[in-house]
Amino acid sequence: MQRVGYAAILLFAVLVLNFALMHLAPGDIADTIAGDMGGADAEVMAEIRRSYGLDLPVWEQLIKYLGGVLHFDLGYSFYFNMPVVTLLLERVPATLLLVVAAQILAISVGVLLGVIAARQPNGMASHVVTLIALFGFSAPVFWTGIMLLITFSLWVPIFPVAGMQDVTIDGNWFERMLDVGRHLVLPVITLASVFLALYSRLCRASMLEVLGSDYIRTARAKGLSTREVVVKHALKNALNPVVTLAGLQFSAVVSGAVLVETVFSWPGLGTLALQSIIARDTPTILGILFFSALVVVVANLLTDLVLRMIDPRIRSSDS
Amino acid sequence: MATQTILEVRDLTVELATRDGISPVIDGLSFEVGAGETLALVGESGCGKSMTALAVMGLVPHPIGRIAGGEIRFGSEDLVAVGEDRLRDIRGNDISMIFQEPMTSLNPVYSVGEQIAEVLRRHQGLNHKQARQHAVELLHAVGIPDAAARVSTYPHQMSGGQRQRVMIAMALACKPKILIADEPTTALDVTVQAQIFDLLRVLQRETGTAIVLITHDMGAVCELAERMMVMYAGRKVEEGTVDDVIANPRHPYTQGLISCVPHVTDDPSAERAPLVEISGIVPALRDFGADQCLFAARCRQVVARCAAERPVSNDFGSGHRVACWQAEVAS
Repeated sequence: MQRVGYAAILLFAVLVLNFALMHLAPGDIADTIAGDMGGADAEVMAEIRRSYGLDLPVWEQLIKYLGGVLHFDLGYSFYFNMPVVTLLLERVPATLLLVVAAQILAISVGVLLGVIAARQPNGMASHVVTLIALFGFSAPVFWTGIMLLITFSLWVPIFPVAGMQDVTIDGNWFERMLDVGRHLVLPVITLASVFLALYSRLCRASMLEVLGSDYIRTARAKGLSTREVVVKHALKNALNPVVTLAGLQFSAVVSGAVLVETVFSWPGLGTLALQSIIARDTPTILGILFFSALVVVVANLLTDLVLRMIDPRIRSSDS
Repeated sequence: MATQTILEVRDLTVELATRDGISPVIDGLSFEVGAGETLALVGESGCGKSMTALAVMGLVPHPIGRIAGGEIRFGSEDLVAVGEDRLRDIRGNDISMIFQEPMTSLNPVYSVGEQIAEVLRRHQGLNHKQARQHAVELLHAVGIPDAAARVSTYPHQMSGGQRQRVMIAMALACKPKILIADEPTTALDVTVQAQIFDLLRVLQRETGTAIVLITHDMGAVCELAERMMVMYAGRKVEEGTVDDVIANPRHPYTQGLISCVPHVTDDPSAERAPLVEISGIVPALRDFGADQCLFAARCRQVVARCAAERPVSNDFGSGHRVACWQAEVAS
């Protein structure tokens, strides 16, 4: 409960800081509108600013903004001409779907590879995992994305390479789900590749350490099967660092999503962020930043929760 | 010996691959364990006591080490020859083991009850509920107070002595024929050591389990064991009943070990006999296979033959066997 309190304070600080940063940056929506109109004189610029409340002192704008946040009102997007909350709610599910699916894929495959590699640290499997990890880790996300895009659009066109759904499909909910799933494959693989490498390396190292510990020798001395020793006794202990890292990496996955969404025209927050930054659409940018902070905070809370489930020592240390 | 032999080790050789090549860390070792008896394996660190235990358990670290020869007869089977599946059925069921480090030998993420119950489910075919119930009884038997509540606590919530009790409960859960205790009290303080020895004695009486006690503590040997076997550099140097060996050690190494032990005297202010050390160090691993007495370099009674021939083990009556060319003279 105390942690939730800290989280709220943290979110508040993030809001204020983001707001201040945005106002320190030169240029605002008036510049963009003037640019679109092909130039405007000072009087028109002042008029635009007044109509969007940009003529008020900064602190007054901040208080108005914070007051709004408390009522789930993140302001009004000048550029898209709709409330930021509505805009975000339209885009958030797509991004969340991408991010969560990528994390699940990266963690499950990463842990699996890590365990296989740790079973025979000098074996063939271990070298292959190291190679995959090195590749996944060094290849930039957008490069991996473009390579997959080329492969699957030119040579083996079995997966759609852009967008989230096929507008020509008019089936029931199941067919539409299937369609989204097919669109999801390439972006998720792209986004997961980097993190998969990270998790498999960490899991391998962590498993190697755990497999050498005294309680694994005890488990063997009990006559348990190799599977029980590795999965039940070793893996549960080895997961701790992986879960911690996965929690920390959530923010990186969200920012990675920005790139992947752009490559695959995925209609999520990433593409929205790009558009609103170019348009100097301050309320939208602030809304996206706020949402990212929210994701990170929630991910951290979840990490703590999962760690407490895995490790009884963490449970009793704060009670 | 009157009792029936349940474990018979013949010419066991375990090789370890080191940077300097392959060394026989256990070299032609033979010994027997009788049903229900307590045999102490004594020797300094690195003499092969623990490796002997691991070899019997079929847990020689792979791929660094391997059993290169000999046999380990348990009942009608040779544990060196039987497959891993059969070994798994024996481990924790017929032969079990407790370790030196109670602090790290229990898995931190499972309750102690689960860790005991797991053995019962594996070997006795109990279901979850029965195994749990039996785990409570076992915890009670090893002297954990309020066992019914403690069964769901985690290792980190227990003291070292309690954890070693849990290890003992786990090892004795299936009433094994042999319990190998690898320095079970080294990490514990003295009062707890005495409690653990008492517990082992009581449980041994109840279950008829033979105990192989690995230790370098002569006090523990005298307190718990009937027979003892002294090892040096992977070989057996002397073996016999504890009374015989302690009162009349024939191997210079055994004599050295015994004179190393400080004695409590009646009058604390009285002059004590100076403690005798065994000078020199254990030979390097690469010299382990040499056909000579490996103790020769440190021995005060060394003769030319010691460096030229491997000593043969001779029986000096009632199973008191010594591998030393000077054994006749030494006594």
